[in-house]
Amino acid sequence: MRTLTKTATDARDRYLDAFRTFEAMQPQNGDGISWLRELRTTASRRFEELGFPTTRDEEWKYTDISPIANLIGSPADAAQVQGLSASDVEPFTLQGLDALRLVFVNGHYAEALSSVGTLPKGVVLSSLAAAIRSDSPVVRSHLAQYASFENHTFVALNTAFFQDGAFLYVPDNTVVETPIQLLFITTSGETATIAHPRNLIVAGANSQVTLVESYVSTGQGTYFNNPVTEVVVNKNATFRHHKVQLESEQAYHIATMQVQQARDCQFASLAVSFGGSIARYDANAVMADQGIECTLNGVYLVAGQQHIDNHTVMDHAQPHCNSHENYAGILDGQARGVFNGKIFVREDAQKTDAKQSNRNLLLSPNAVINTKPQLEIFADDVKCTHGATIGQLDEDAIFYLRARGIDKEEARDMLVHAFASDLLTDIQIEPLRQQLEQELHTRLARNRQIRE
Amino acid sequence: MLEIRNLHAKVDNNEILKGIDLQVNAGEVHAIMGPNGSGKSTLAQVLAGNGNYEVTEGEVTFQGQDLLAMEDPEQRAQAGIFMAFQYPVEIPGVNTQVFLRAALNAVRKSRDEEELDAAQFQALLRQKMKLVEIDPSFRNRSVNEGFSGGEKKRFEIFQMALLEPKLAILDETDSGLDIDALRIVANGVNALKTPENATIVVTHYQRLLDYIVPDYVHVLSKGRIVKSGGKELALELEARGYDWIKELEVPAGAGA
Repeated sequence: MRTLTKTATDARDRYLDAFRTFEAMQPQNGDGISWLRELRTTASRRFEELGFPTTRDEEWKYTDISPIANLIGSPADAAQVQGLSASDVEPFTLQGLDALRLVFVNGHYAEALSSVGTLPKGVVLSSLAAAIRSDSPVVRSHLAQYASFENHTFVALNTAFFQDGAFLYVPDNTVVETPIQLLFITTSGETATIAHPRNLIVAGANSQVTLVESYVSTGQGTYFNNPVTEVVVNKNATFRHHKVQLESEQAYHIATMQVQQARDCQFASLAVSFGGSIARYDANAVMADQGIECTLNGVYLVAGQQHIDNHTVMDHAQPHCNSHENYAGILDGQARGVFNGKIFVREDAQKTDAKQSNRNLLLSPNAVINTKPQLEIFADDVKCTHGATIGQLDEDAIFYLRARGIDKEEARDMLVHAFASDLLTDIQIEPLRQQLEQELHTRLARNRQIRE
Repeated sequence: MLEIRNLHAKVDNNEILKGIDLQVNAGEVHAIMGPNGSGKSTLAQVLAGNGNYEVTEGEVTFQGQDLLAMEDPEQRAQAGIFMAFQYPVEIPGVNTQVFLRAALNAVRKSRDEEELDAAQFQALLRQKMKLVEIDPSFRNRSVNEGFSGGEKKRFEIFQMALLEPKLAILDETDSGLDIDALRIVANGVNALKTPENATIVVTHYQRLLDYIVPDYVHVLSKGRIVKSGGKELALELEARGYDWIKELEVPAGAGA
């Protein structure tokens, strides 16, 4: 066992104390959810053993999370759910689309703000807490089966502490035409809140689903959001996933997505992150059978003192799977970024084709990026390519645009926008694409003003 | 329209232009010829406002205004100067239409003209596309990305057609073009010629001047104009090469 410093021990003990209080408030055995109590207890024990990671841990080498560990916060208040009206929520929704939507305020399900309309037959879209109360066999057989907390402190914390989140179940051979949005709003005020949203998504064989997971805030306060999302994609299903992180610049955001893929399915995800004070995202996919397509893409834009960290794992466990990974980062001010892309090609995974790219644009001499591809290949008939670039805006291109009458700032914006445009133009949900492009534009203009 | 007096310019501390004098009036076509390294492209870049080149001496007046006082290249473009690049820059991710519309509206705004709406803009694109025989599919591509050499040069002339500059400077627009592409580019330039605008054709080869007939030909050597004449001078250069030029004295009164 590692030795912990006094503050690290204090932080750990504070969470363990909180867990004992939390545990005492949970329903007792005999009501059919003893499995959940056991799960939480196991997770809490594992957290106790792991403690908080430090920069001595390889996985956290460039991301110092001690401000998060030391944050004294209270579990987010359920009462605040009442404080938000539909008009507060509207700017964050997929406007103009008749989308299905679950809204969570400070981690608690806000039924009045949600909209589950008419769902195709057999589809379940509900709060996870409600699904657990109804003793859903799907929840019981899938929850916490994929996102392992064996080596991940924050997944352990989430598993021990989660109160609610989304549950989506799409039966076999079912197409959900409308995009589904899971909207997590934090009303960050003066007191720091801590939430551990937990999502479970199960897409049946031959199903088709488009999902948007949004994390936003209505204030500029400090809080800690620690979501974990497990996604199960069954045979031959098509799943489009989007994660939008658009939170307070004082926010701490540590998120994990764990995807489990079955034969011949397609999963494509785009994570667009505007960062917080510290934002970390682990996107992990296991290609557990043959003929799978998996895409993990990301765009990140940070400035000021922000810190953004993206870790991905593409786990090729079986032959004939293709993975695609394209992350593009734009860093301004004194912002720091981390990209770590692991590709595992297991012994059986012949004919794997894995492509990884991480491009970074540094708009300021003080911005920093640490980027690292990490390939571990145990099969001998595979194609793996990876590339990382770090660059500045192309001065020749700026001159070309200016020589046509376009002013300097507009020329710069066009080039920055162009840097991420291939990923953003790929978004097929029109209001989402517009919203993100607008946000990019607004932030670039604001960063420019700060620079001047 | 354009008056250059004793222009000196350097790049990376190497003096390239060593006293250029040139006068271009509305309605005229001037050819600037010369061997490699004589300063032809530098002159074009300096007029377009490329900040990598430093003007150390001299004056440039454009339509009565001090051109060198306009430090930003966009100011010069808005004032009516257009340089067709020798090596057009590929800009992945910037859509050609977005680019053209931004450029056109910037130039129109500076002329106190209304910005064009989407429909007007499309109509104008279609009209100008015919001029340089450009494939409509370019509208879905990124600026110059994956364009062939000929496509890039045609796209330059297309931009010129759209922006309607007062003074167009074609920097080696003919280099790397086959004869068909050359003919298309030259036809475009000729079609855009009016009594109100002027063209400076910078070229190494006489070939282009068969298609774009100049009123004046100037020969640049070692940063100075060493000989000026009519279109027959280009033919003489074609026949005799550039070697005899290098031995010419700088005409009295030119340069420092």
